[in-house]
Order: sequence, then structure tokens, then C-alpha cells
Amino acid sequence: MTQLFDRRARAIVWQALLLAVVAGAIWWMVRNASANLERQNIASGFGFLSRTAGFDISQTLITYTNTDTYARAFWVGLTNTLLVAALGIVFATALGFILGIARLSSNWLVSRLALVYVEIVRNIPLLLWLFAIYFGVLLRLPSPGQSAALPLGATLNQRGLYFPTPVMTLEWWAIGGLTAAGLVMAGLVWLRRSEGGYGLAWIAVPLLPAALAMASAPPLAFEVPTLTKFNLEGGGVVQPEFLALLIGLVTYTGAYIGEIVRAGIQSVPEGQRQAASALGLGARDTLRFVVVPQALRAIIPPLTNQYVNLAKNSSLAVAVGYPDLVSVFAGTILNHTNQAVETIAITMAVYLTMSLTLAVAMNALNARVALVER
Amino acid sequence: MAQFLAPVIAWARANLFSSVFNGLLTVAALWLSVRVVWAVVDWAVVSAVFVGNDGSACSGAGVGACWPFITHKLGLFLYGRYPDAERWRVLTTYGLVVAWMVALAVPKVRANGILALAMSAAVPVIAFILLVGGSFGLKPVPTELWGGLLVTLVVASVGILASLPLGVLLALGRRSELPVVRLLSTGFIEIVRGVPLITVLFMASVMLPLVLPTGVTFDKLLRALIGVALFAAAYMAEVVRGGLQSIPRGQFMAADALGLTGVQKMVHVILPQALRVVIPGIVNSYISLFKDTSLVLIIGVFDLLGVVQQSIAADAKWFSPATAVTGYVFAGLLFWVFCFAMSRAAAALEARLATGTRK
Repeated sequence: MTQLFDRRARAIVWQALLLAVVAGAIWWMVRNASANLERQNIASGFGFLSRTAGFDISQTLITYTNTDTYARAFWVGLTNTLLVAALGIVFATALGFILGIARLSSNWLVSRLALVYVEIVRNIPLLLWLFAIYFGVLLRLPSPGQSAALPLGATLNQRGLYFPTPVMTLEWWAIGGLTAAGLVMAGLVWLRRSEGGYGLAWIAVPLLPAALAMASAPPLAFEVPTLTKFNLEGGGVVQPEFLALLIGLVTYTGAYIGEIVRAGIQSVPEGQRQAASALGLGARDTLRFVVVPQALRAIIPPLTNQYVNLAKNSSLAVAVGYPDLVSVFAGTILNHTNQAVETIAITMAVYLTMSLTLAVAMNALNARVALVER
Repeated sequence: MAQFLAPVIAWARANLFSSVFNGLLTVAALWLSVRVVWAVVDWAVVSAVFVGNDGSACSGAGVGACWPFITHKLGLFLYGRYPDAERWRVLTTYGLVVAWMVALAVPKVRANGILALAMSAAVPVIAFILLVGGSFGLKPVPTELWGGLLVTLVVASVGILASLPLGVLLALGRRSELPVVRLLSTGFIEIVRGVPLITVLFMASVMLPLVLPTGVTFDKLLRALIGVALFAAAYMAEVVRGGLQSIPRGQFMAADALGLTGVQKMVHVILPQALRVVIPGIVNSYISLFKDTSLVLIIGVFDLLGVVQQSIAADAKWFSPATAVTGYVFAGLLFWVFCFAMSRAAAALEARLATGTRK
């Protein structure tokens, strides 16, 4: 009994001591900070958010002018971060799966090429990669006068990637709506798919309106970018800063995802394939019903980490001048207001929320594919 | 002749042309590799400029690599503005570290725990005295003058040395039975892992001076080091925790049954086994750490990438499109060599440990 009491008492004393030290350190730092802030005449609190920002942002998803508030600028930065992270995740996943499958190809040359790519990319810092893409490649592209023509009426020059946009007539809205509805339906069918299903055929549903669009070309109009005196006019444009960040994130994260996919597929024991073949399953059915479901179990948890990494790495936007959250908020606004504590705290809170949300979403997906032991 | 060719053809048929699809794939991949290899050779040798004294030598159209840019700036890229006359100190430090690593690779030295520990404690101290100066008749070299590969290696080494013990402490804290300790460790680990390194570095560079008493200033490099070390420690903690979780409960119970104290149990029984399991994970986080050091340029500490980027963007004498790519390739090559060497070493170590445990 005394022994137990001793242990418990010791534990309480130790913890109280630790708590006191941590609380003391925080109190000391807060006191120093408030003294320093007062001396430097820096305001504190979140009142600055409603003040006028007074600076321009080169790329915005939501409407913004320099007479808007700092809070509005914050939303601009946040939406820019979310845009590049979301697109990055989609493209990096696609590249990663291609690389992972290429690494396992029975074709010697293809698997070697994928290996070389992965080994080069994974051993070079992302920041260097971004600099090289932005300063070394994109800014050295020809001027608008000598734009490089790409397929489908797109053009590439040092001011960005120009592409034709559909003129939003009634037909386009209808086709867009049908495609969206088709995608939702295909998704629902996939989620509720049964074992023997023809679920894959539902992918055709969203493709139908697209095919319709192709067939009925005349009533649908595109606005094609055309060269005027100084620049290209019309159509849509992706600016080089965004393009550099997206390409950098996708090529870098794709290499990591490729290794995850390879390891995941290799983690399925050879006996599983043999058993499937003994049951008379063909190559395609073996992949679909035996290999992929088991590989996903090994792939999804590390894939989550890569998605979170990509979202966090999008903060390197500041290096190439893309106005993401860090660059707008922890950069420009911090310099304007000097309120380091508030701006950095908000920025960190946003990234924490983003990381946790991604983790929760992927955990839910993981729960769907995880092994149900009976 | 046919006898020699036959196995080659058989191999090619099995590995390159096993089906029509594979054959087409091979042709496409071959075309791609030839194009890429030729582009690299053309850039690095055929169209490259090897002599010159400024950017004008490399400004012509169709010029590949601009090697004089590297040769003229090599000192800057490797040492920053560390004074020429004192650079032997940097080289001595490198030699010392290499000697230390070689010594640790010798089994007899490793077996002698006290010797290994004494060396490991002495090397950082000697390195600090050599690099910083100001004692033993060495001229002080302020860290503002440090730069290039030197800063990259210093930041990475300090991160590597500091993150393991800190990470072990945090991992043990996260598994502690004491709720306060567990909560504080878990909170620190999860918060740091949830935010980008850039924000941690911003915090170290902007907020650290703010929370210290007025008048206390902090070296910029030291601030970057603190940020990097704390960030790396959180990731290391999760790697170590994985190792701790892999130790069977019986080991803990056996140590308790032998009457070992908590510290003895950890030092002699649990940690040696746990760390061994996660050596590949530890090296992987070292590689990430090494690459992440390049981010310190964002808070104005000029590591290898920082000086290269500065020379490309701000040196009018060498301003030409060819120099930019040359600079990035040079920096990339150096980073690549270090990271690739680390990953090879980890793979070798993993293979050796696997044979050690195979029954």
C-alpha cells in the first residue's frame, strides 16, 4: 500500500512540477512579448482583420481589390492554397499510380525508367525543384509574340498557359449539368456496387454528354486566345507561378506515391494471385477482385501522409511568388501590420485544420477498405 | 557469334518484347531515353561553355551549361563568405567528422561504449570551436559570413544530432502513464507535424526574438537551427514510437521482473531493440531533414540553394539564361549525392540487420 502511495504521489509531484515549468515558461514568454510589443508600438488582437488591405494580389479565385479588408485577403490566400492543393492531389495520384505500375512492369526498360525518375526526384529538395521549374524553365519560355502552340488551341509562353474556354451558352450549361449528374450517379453506383457488378459501365454515364458535345460541335463555341499587339487576349490563362508550383508538387509527390503504390501491390502475397488463377479468374478479374482491394489496404494510410505533405508543401508557393496563404498572410500582411503572433497563429491553425480534415477523410476511406476480420 | 547472341535475344524477347503492347512500349521508352540522354549530353558537354570570365561568355543562343559560372563561384557555393584564410578550419571539421564516422564503423570502437560516447561528445564541441572561433587563438567568424554547403551541412548535422534524443524523449512522453506528460508530448508532436516547416521557421525567426527579454538578441542561424531541430524532433518521435510499439509486452514485464528501474529498463532493454527496428525510418527522416534545410533561405539564411539562387538572381555580372539552369543542376547534383548516399547506406544497414535476425 505504501509502495502504491509512493508511486502515485511521485507521479503527481512530477506532473505538477512539469506543468509548473511549462506554465512558467509560457507566462515568462507572454510577459516578454507584451513588453516588446508595447515598446515597438505594435497593436495586438485581431482588429487588424477588418482594416483595409491596400495591396494587390495577382491571382484571385474570389473577387478582391486593394480596398478590401485583410480578412478578405486572407480568404484569397486560403482559396489559392486549397486550389493548388486539390489539383495537386488529383494529378499527383494519377502520376503516382502510373509510376507505381510502371515500376512493376514486366518490361525491363519501362521499370528502369520509372526507377530512375523516382530516385532522381526523391533525392532533390522540392524547393530546388520549384526554382528550377519556375526560373529555369517557365520564365525562359518565349515571349507572347512567339508563343509555343499546343494541341487543342492552347498556347504556352512566359506569361503562362493560355487555353480556350467555352462560351457559356445554354448548351454548355446543359452538358455541364448532365456530366455532373452523371459523375454523381456513377459515384453512387460505385459506392453501392455489388460483387458481380457491371459498375464500371457507369463511368460511361458522364462521358455521354461529353460525346454529345463533340457530336454537336456547331452550336458550341470556344473563345480561343488570340495574339494582340502585346499579349494574348481571350480564353483562360494559368499564370506561370501557379503552373510552376503545381508541376513541382505533382512531379515531386508523384514519385513518393509511385513508391507507395509499388509497395502496396507487392505486399499482396503471390499465393493470392495463384489462388485466384486456380479459381479460374482471368488477369483482369484477379487485379480487380483480388489484388487491388488488398493492395489498397497497404496504400491508403501512407497515401494520406503524402496528401497531407502535399498540402503543407504548397506553402513553398512563397518562393515562386504564388499568392497562397503563407505568402499573403504570414508574408505580406505580417509585414504590413507587424502582428507576427496573430498572423502566424492563424496560419498554423489553418494548416492544422487542413491536415486533420484530410486525415479524417482518408481514415473514413480506410475504414471502408480495411480488413474486416471475422 | 550466334551462341553469344542467343541469350541476349532470349532475354530481350522475355523482358522487352513479350507482347505487341510491350514491344510498342519498349520502342517508345527507348526513344524517350535516347532523347533525354542526348539532351543531357548535349547540354553538359557538346553545347556547353567551359571558359569565360563573366555571363557574356554564356549569353549566346543555344548555349548549354555555363561551367565557368560554377568554377568562378565554387568558393561561394561551398563556404559562403567564410574568409579565404580561415577555410582550412571548415575542411578540418569535415575531416574530423569523417574520421569520427569511420571510427564508429569499426566494431571494436563501437563495442567500447565509453570511448564511442566520449568521441561523440567531443566532436561537436571541437567542431563548434573550429567553426565559430574566438578561442584558442582562432579568429572569430560571425555566422553571417557562413553560407553555401557549409550551412547546409551544419543545419543538417545539428538537426540530425538534436532530433534523435529529443524524438526519443517525446516518443517516451507520448507513451507515458502520466497524463500531463502524455498530453504535452502528444500536443507538441501533432501540432508540429500538422503545420508546414515554413511556418515553424517563420515562428523561430519572427516570434523567438519577441518572446525573449528586451535586448537579448539571437543569432539568425541559431534561430533556424532551433526551428529545424524542433520540427525534425516531432517527426523522429513518431518513427521512434513505431519502434517502441513493436516491442512485445513480455520484454517490459521481464525487465520489471528483474527489478530494473524505469530508466534502466528503457536504456538497457527497450530502446536498443526499438531503435534497431526503426533504423530505416530514422534514416528516411534524416534524408527529409537534409532536403528541408534548403527552406532556411526563406528566412534569410543562405545555405547551398540560397547562395546559388542569390548568384543567379542578383549577380548582374553572370546574368544569362544559361547560368540559371547550370546553377540549379549543380546544387541539385550535390543534394542528390548526399541524399542518395544516405538512402544506400540505409538499405545496406537494413540488409545487414535482416541477416542478423534471420533464424
